Amino acid sequence: MSEALSTVVKEACTAADRDPTRLMDIVNQVQRKLGQVSPTAMDLIASELGCQRVEVESVVSFYAFLSAEPQGKIVIRVCNDVIDRLEGADAVLDAFADALGIRVGETTPDGRITLMTTPCVGMSDQAPAALINSHVLVDLDPSKARHIALQLKASGDPHRLVTKLGDGNNAHELVQSMVHNNIHQTGPVVFAEFAMGSALRKALSMTPQEVIRDVKTSRIRGRGGAGFPTGMKWDFARAAPGDRKVVICNADEGEPGTFKDRVILTERASLMFEGMTIAGYAIGADLGILYLRAEYLYLRALLESILDERRAAGLLGKGIGGKAGFDFDIRIQMGGGAYVCGEETALISSCEGKRGDPKNRPPFPAQKGYLGRPSVVNNVETFCCVARVLEQGAGWFAQLGSKGTSGTKVLSVSGDCKRPGVYELEFGITLAALLKLVGAEDAGAVQVGGPSGQLVGPASFERTICYDDLATGGSIMVFNRSRDILGIARGFVEFFCEESCGYCTPCRVGNELLKERLDTIIAGRGEPSDLAYLEELGAIMKLASRCGLGQTSANPVLTTIKHFRPEYEARLRAPQRGEQRRFDFNAAVAGAERIAGHQSVQHGAHEEHGTAE
Amino acid sequence: MTDSVKLKIDGKEITAKAGQTILQAAAMAGIYIPHLCAHRELEPWGSCRVCTVKVNGRPQAACTQPVAEGAVVESETPELVNVRRALVEMLFVEGNHVCPSCEKSGNCELQATAYRLGIAAPRFPYTFPKREIDASHPDIILERNRCILCARCVRASTEVDGKHAFDFVGRGVHKRIAVNAEAGLAGTSAAATDKALSVCPVGCLMKKRVGFAVPVGQRQFDEKQIGSEI
Ligand SMILES: Cc1cc2nc3c(=O)[nH]c(=O)nc-3n(C[C@H](O)[C@H](O)[C@H](O)COP(=O)(O)O)c2cc1C
Ligand code: SF4
Ligand code: FES
Repeated sequence: MSEALSTVVKEACTAADRDPTRLMDIVNQVQRKLGQVSPTAMDLIASELGCQRVEVESVVSFYAFLSAEPQGKIVIRVCNDVIDRLEGADAVLDAFADALGIRVGETTPDGRITLMTTPCVGMSDQAPAALINSHVLVDLDPSKARHIALQLKASGDPHRLVTKLGDGNNAHELVQSMVHNNIHQTGPVVFAEFAMGSALRKALSMTPQEVIRDVKTSRIRGRGGAGFPTGMKWDFARAAPGDRKVVICNADEGEPGTFKDRVILTERASLMFEGMTIAGYAIGADLGILYLRAEYLYLRALLESILDERRAAGLLGKGIGGKAGFDFDIRIQMGGGAYVCGEETALISSCEGKRGDPKNRPPFPAQKGYLGRPSVVNNVETFCCVARVLEQGAGWFAQLGSKGTSGTKVLSVSGDCKRPGVYELEFGITLAALLKLVGAEDAGAVQVGGPSGQLVGPASFERTICYDDLATGGSIMVFNRSRDILGIARGFVEFFCEESCGYCTPCRVGNELLKERLDTIIAGRGEPSDLAYLEELGAIMKLASRCGLGQTSANPVLTTIKHFRPEYEARLRAPQRGEQRRFDFNAAVAGAERIAGHQSVQHGAHEEHGTAE
Repeated sequence: MTDSVKLKIDGKEITAKAGQTILQAAAMAGIYIPHLCAHRELEPWGSCRVCTVKVNGRPQAACTQPVAEGAVVESETPELVNVRRALVEMLFVEGNHVCPSCEKSGNCELQATAYRLGIAAPRFPYTFPKREIDASHPDIILERNRCILCARCVRASTEVDGKHAFDFVGRGVHKRIAVNAEAGLAGTSAAATDKALSVCPVGCLMKKRVGFAVPVGQRQFDEKQIGSEI
């Protein structure tokens, strides 16, 4: 074993107090320093932590940003999200490969540069984008890619690629990134001016019960997508037995086409931390965790500095706001590249140093969450909203938005429109009005709520964005009339195949089966019966999957069949005369049954299946 | 405080102990709900989803869902039977299952469940994955082609054998069973007498050198269909 390896591993383990529940921090650090978590490193980590090596291997093999195989000091990850690909990501990838003389997934022969693809990195409004180590490069094209590859080969320093800094805090000395905020519309809740401490002071002048009452009165529902009433969630956690409760902020933002949390983290982190602290006071927690997706590592230093600022101002730490007994602090937990870790129980698994497998429910996080403690998990934007509810009043918040859904929503708009970016709008806006605002009057289809949401056509453009109609965690992807609907669906299905955790049968196998049949149809070999097959398969996945990922991952197929059926039908063809492309079990045994004079024992079973392969 | 709970399964009222899962309560009341990853001596896991039932209209895994007073559980509905068949079919097409030549044939819970559900042929195409076999151990073979990722060995090895010889690596379709040594099963403390082996529902973890000790035709599920003990 090399001395360097043993030093790096021991340092990482010591920094994490040899605590197996901090395994994510340890493996992330080893990966960053050594470019891999090798089998030897796994053995050493296991012996340092007193756990089994297979547990370490299990974790390392789960996360896309971790690798048991050696990777270059520089890792280029080209975003291959559907929007990025429409904007030319494939050509960018080819240009990188060409200039580096390697294929995707390979490392240059000198061992310095590795080229990979990665799902949505949260830059769809400035696509195509790529991550180079933790640096974000946006608005790429093939010639820029070639230039970048040459520069990297020459200098070996990704930071030198950062030339023109982005707007707002993207230019902050602790961020120094080329990313743009693209905030086209600010609103009264999230992007309004905010004075640090103003909301918390109001909260601390009330009892925790009164705070929760106000959150309930505001009628705010979770902004992460599922739309669960926030006040009710806090009430459950407050009522749950246990004296060490936890507040977790979900900044995993993995839903393709969503990037609003990235902008909020860049510009309104203090508001978000304030919301977390208010939650801590309301439920009686002493620990806060911000779960930050690996792709947003470039924001970490800024976020840490804001936490320090808040500590210095007495807004975090012991006896916050002079309130004896209210001790609360926040730590940042980095993710490792896994969409499923946005699912709240998978997120908790990850925070505990495990694979990002969702957990069985019950118990729910509010009863037994992080390390068995009652935990509240909310989205970045939800915490901002709650802080504003306390600052401005529940009544003020409740009158914003539509009748059924109060407040504003920060939308991430990308794709075929003139002004992609972030919009803070009151709930209740119609899709048509939104499309006008973003400059996409000629849209042919809109993906609302990301791949797990639905693809709707012009017939749905008068519908409104709110929880009772078109719900969205923030992702709005616009497609013009020339876009290939099946190709879009195919891209999303591929995403879910990559991101399924593999725990349960319907999602692990079902997504692959969806992909197989969609490919068959795209290749022109589909038959009319394939639509019913896909619909049945999708329905089974929805019904039987263990978590929200599998329950919604058939949506790209189901909603395109529903709203764009002619697009499918145009590609199907009935079998020609005499041609037999599938094996029909019933037809095959019919002759034998006639001779035998009775039905085969299994008849009932395959009758329901129709054709068998 | 009462610790007994009344609920209905397919219209039949049963009494269960508070804290039991629906699967356990059903078994006690003589109702068989098909299941594969669940094992009565191990902690609930909830991965195969074959035990999916509806509780007050909502789909739930019977093996992880606790009983609740007044719950209305549906199990043998045409919709749920079809879902179960589909899930078992998925497990078949996902791996490489060679029933006629498998030592576990007749004792295999996957095969037996398929028979009981009346599956003739899967509606899904076979995927023919390439999977590695680990035959490094002198007494045990790990035949991943037949693995259904039920985690029974993972649980038995930690919960009963106190070893943690197995765990999962990878995700999605790349998820596979791994062993606690870089060198393979031979490098672990796993032994042929481990609970981890005896709970494997399929022919994935097997003792070496016991081929066809019991003739086909006289094996566990050749005599009685799976679930008939319930
Ligand atoms: C596969 C999957 C991915 C998710 N990703 C995110 C995410 O990136 N951010 C988020 O806030 N919620 C995400 N959620 C929803 C969370 O599980 C959870 O409902 C949410 O964080 C609760 O916060 P809220 O009530 O404030 O919305 C995801 C859910 C699923 C099933
Ligand atoms: S639905 Fe998919 S992501 Fe969720 S537990 Fe099952 S396999 Fe994992
Ligand atoms: S037996 Fe319930 S999920 Fe497998």
